[in-house]
Amino acid sequence: MARKLDIRHFPGFLPITYLCLFLLYAPLIIVMIYSFNDSNSITIWGGASLRWYGEVFWGVESAKFKAAALNSITIAVMAATTATTIATLAATAMLKAGRFRGKSVSFALINLPLMVPEIVTAVATLIFFSAIGFTTGYLTILVAHIVFCIPFAYLPIAARMQGIEDVYEQVALDLYATRFQAFRLILLPLMAPGIISGFLLAFIISLDDFIITNFVKGAGIETLPTAIFGAVKQGIKPNIMAISTLLLLVSVVFVTLSYLVGRMGQNKK
Amino acid sequence: MAAQIAKKSTSNTSTYAGLGVFLMLPSWAVIGFFLVLPVGMMLIYSFLTKEFRGGVIWEFSLNAYDQFFFDRGLFGDAPPVIEWTYINIFWRSIWQAGVATFFSLLIGFPTAWFIATRTGPNKSVWLFLITIPYWVNLLIRTISMKFLIRDTGPLNEWLLSLGVISEPIHIINTSFAVQLGLFYSYLPFMVLPIYASVERYNFAYSEVAADLYASRRATLTKIIIPIVKPGIIAGCILVFVPSLGAFLAPDLLGGAKNFMIGSLIEEQFKGNAGNWPFGAAVSMILLSMVLVVLTFYARQQAKEGAR
Amino acid sequence: MLKTFKLGASILALTLAASAAHAEGKLSIYHWFEYIPQELLDKFAAEYDVEVTMDTFDSNEAMLASLKAGKMGSYDVAVPGDYMVEIMAAAGLLDTFEPSDLSNFGNIAPEWLDVSFDPGRHSSIPYQWGSTSFAVNRDVYSGDINTTSIIFDPPAALQGRINILDSQGEVLALASMHLGIPQCTTDRDQLRALNDLVQAAKPSWASFGSDIAKDVLVSGDAAVGMIWNGFSAKAREEGANIEYAFPKEGYVVWMDNVVLLKDAPNRDNALKFMNFLLEPENAAAVTNYAQYTAGVNGVAEFLDEAVVSAPELNPPAGGNGQFVMACSEDVQAVYDKIWTDLKK
Repeated sequence: MARKLDIRHFPGFLPITYLCLFLLYAPLIIVMIYSFNDSNSITIWGGASLRWYGEVFWGVESAKFKAAALNSITIAVMAATTATTIATLAATAMLKAGRFRGKSVSFALINLPLMVPEIVTAVATLIFFSAIGFTTGYLTILVAHIVFCIPFAYLPIAARMQGIEDVYEQVALDLYATRFQAFRLILLPLMAPGIISGFLLAFIISLDDFIITNFVKGAGIETLPTAIFGAVKQGIKPNIMAISTLLLLVSVVFVTLSYLVGRMGQNKK
Repeated sequence: MAAQIAKKSTSNTSTYAGLGVFLMLPSWAVIGFFLVLPVGMMLIYSFLTKEFRGGVIWEFSLNAYDQFFFDRGLFGDAPPVIEWTYINIFWRSIWQAGVATFFSLLIGFPTAWFIATRTGPNKSVWLFLITIPYWVNLLIRTISMKFLIRDTGPLNEWLLSLGVISEPIHIINTSFAVQLGLFYSYLPFMVLPIYASVERYNFAYSEVAADLYASRRATLTKIIIPIVKPGIIAGCILVFVPSLGAFLAPDLLGGAKNFMIGSLIEEQFKGNAGNWPFGAAVSMILLSMVLVVLTFYARQQAKEGAR
Repeated sequence: MLKTFKLGASILALTLAASAAHAEGKLSIYHWFEYIPQELLDKFAAEYDVEVTMDTFDSNEAMLASLKAGKMGSYDVAVPGDYMVEIMAAAGLLDTFEPSDLSNFGNIAPEWLDVSFDPGRHSSIPYQWGSTSFAVNRDVYSGDINTTSIIFDPPAALQGRINILDSQGEVLALASMHLGIPQCTTDRDQLRALNDLVQAAKPSWASFGSDIAKDVLVSGDAAVGMIWNGFSAKAREEGANIEYAFPKEGYVVWMDNVVLLKDAPNRDNALKFMNFLLEPENAAAVTNYAQYTAGVNGVAEFLDEAVVSAPELNPPAGGNGQFVMACSEDVQAVYDKIWTDLKK
């Protein structure tokens, strides 16, 4: 046992992981602290207060921000889910289906959304949508998000799939499983870490997108980023910090739930 | 031996032979219709005449590419010489993105390794831990980062009080700050793909290596890295390519005194310039550069798979 | 888990779409985010039984680009800045109306009636106006600040501590005033001088940034910041010891305007809305909210004390404020080149 641990661990990796977490979370601590700021400022401390949380829940603008947060999250979940599904199928095709027509250009095609600068995608997509008579609104945002989420889901999934030999599925096929069964019962569970990674990346890239959303959104639909960037006439107020903190809270609750569910699943076994 | 292991585990298989086209269909349809068509139109735009303050006039013109490669002086009537401005902007962006990718890998690989060697549901908790910060908008995170590292910010005060430094470190508005901005924007995009790859790593290989008295270092470089290479490459693509076009975080931290490719293109569509053909041309040049590199990589992969 | 989430989300989206209230008419506004109080929109909606939807943009140029890329016909009114009104009119994006269409037309303050960007106001009405110059931290520098030299030829104490707005139009307009040359000049020597000026000044500048213009002043990262007057007032209220300058060489004045867009789907409601905004009480509500200045007569009695007394909002008598001009295509090409060379 002792030797096994030895193999799995490299000296210095743990401190680097902590450094990584520190780098990721240090700015968030600032965000959380300043969400309790009593002043209008996001850089000067004016005493502790809950006024910005009050503003978020009961202020005049609260409805707008709530709607924006909700739009952001629903779009991110749907876009990431769809993109991850498409990417999983694509990765199976690219790595587990031998040769087929169009395979050589497919890799470039899947990664195209990554390569085109956002503002170009934004303007081009808007021109295209209006050319085909697709009215801008919730749906146009969703479609645009699905497109640019695909490579972010595809790359981790494909990276994972490259590490999976096909012996398991071959065995299943030898035991008269259909290929669909082999896919669902063998490949998918083996793929889980890649799929989760892909989904999470697609989710956060969708949640953060401003430039494309700003162009393809329609009247009355805001997402959090467009609300935050659009507030330039008034400047960023600590209410954004409060919203961000609440979002963090939501995500932590979500993670805790999924952890508990996961543990329950394990216990059952 | 390592090469063989690596080859074995990365070789392509064909369990789903014949289904490729069907499995590929959704991506082709979605990206083909909603991205290739619009971007194809942008390619055409890059060869059209600019309409003043945004838009195009449907007349063929090479002005956009001419502007990229030739300098005709402040008033556009001097004899043309080679224009270094945009090439320099490209070079700077590539360099900054490269440095950011390198640091992401340096921090991201050990982190991914650490996460992958956790057990049970802890693993997914760690994954979430890496992505949770990105629930907060990039602009807000970056402003907080700026607050943290400024000359009189908490970081400097802390280091000063510890006596580690005697003068505040000046980070804001330097090119290091630009790299930090890029690094910070895309860190999880390095960690997660590597995690997905490492998680599959069979520790028996390490045991064999240890039995054969391989050092840790040798095990890492000769066995582990070749096997998890797909994850490393995926992570590098996901950090490097978006970094090339990014500008928000690097501009906020670095002071925006110099254009990045992303801000240069942005300026053509959303700035006073309003020069769509030129913006389109710069994008197409960037796009073709990245395409060449990625295609080369895909070819290599195909060759390795065929061997 | 995901499935439930997705299902919930789609149900939600459907309900949102279906629950839109049934009102007599509609009005679609293209506006900056947080630049009009929600109460005012609600008041208009109730008064005229109109369902109001608002879409937002983050810069004049972004609005122009997205209108040109295909959003024309989806909005009734938009809120561009002064020079952008001229640009939009030239691009054929604006519709016209007659003064008689608006019963409150007479409320427009006389100085904002015959403006260069829309002489006689046939497509636009004033919304809010303000100025752009710069604010100086008085802890760092106590000399005379009412000169553009603070930006373009700064005293040693301020060098390397200046934040510039990342906005070509405003920077080059201010630079032209510093040199005493007309904006959008076609004179080559003057354009060269303009180029030399900004090139020479750049090493004294620490950063370009618009989103953070206020925050760098409040935090003290910058001792001088180019800034809009309303933001400067906010920075001061947040505790920065700064003073807003009205340079003798000149400063930029801007005015946001409500314009009637071509192909407006609800032209009548758009005119009602514009008329509504010319009501002094409503114009004052915007001013109290946004802390700029209305272009309508008779607002004084409705204004908050803080807005009336802010030094930033009250330029000195005889102040030399000028609008940013929209340059001709040739001059704009030179300006672009100057700007690119500045930031290459």
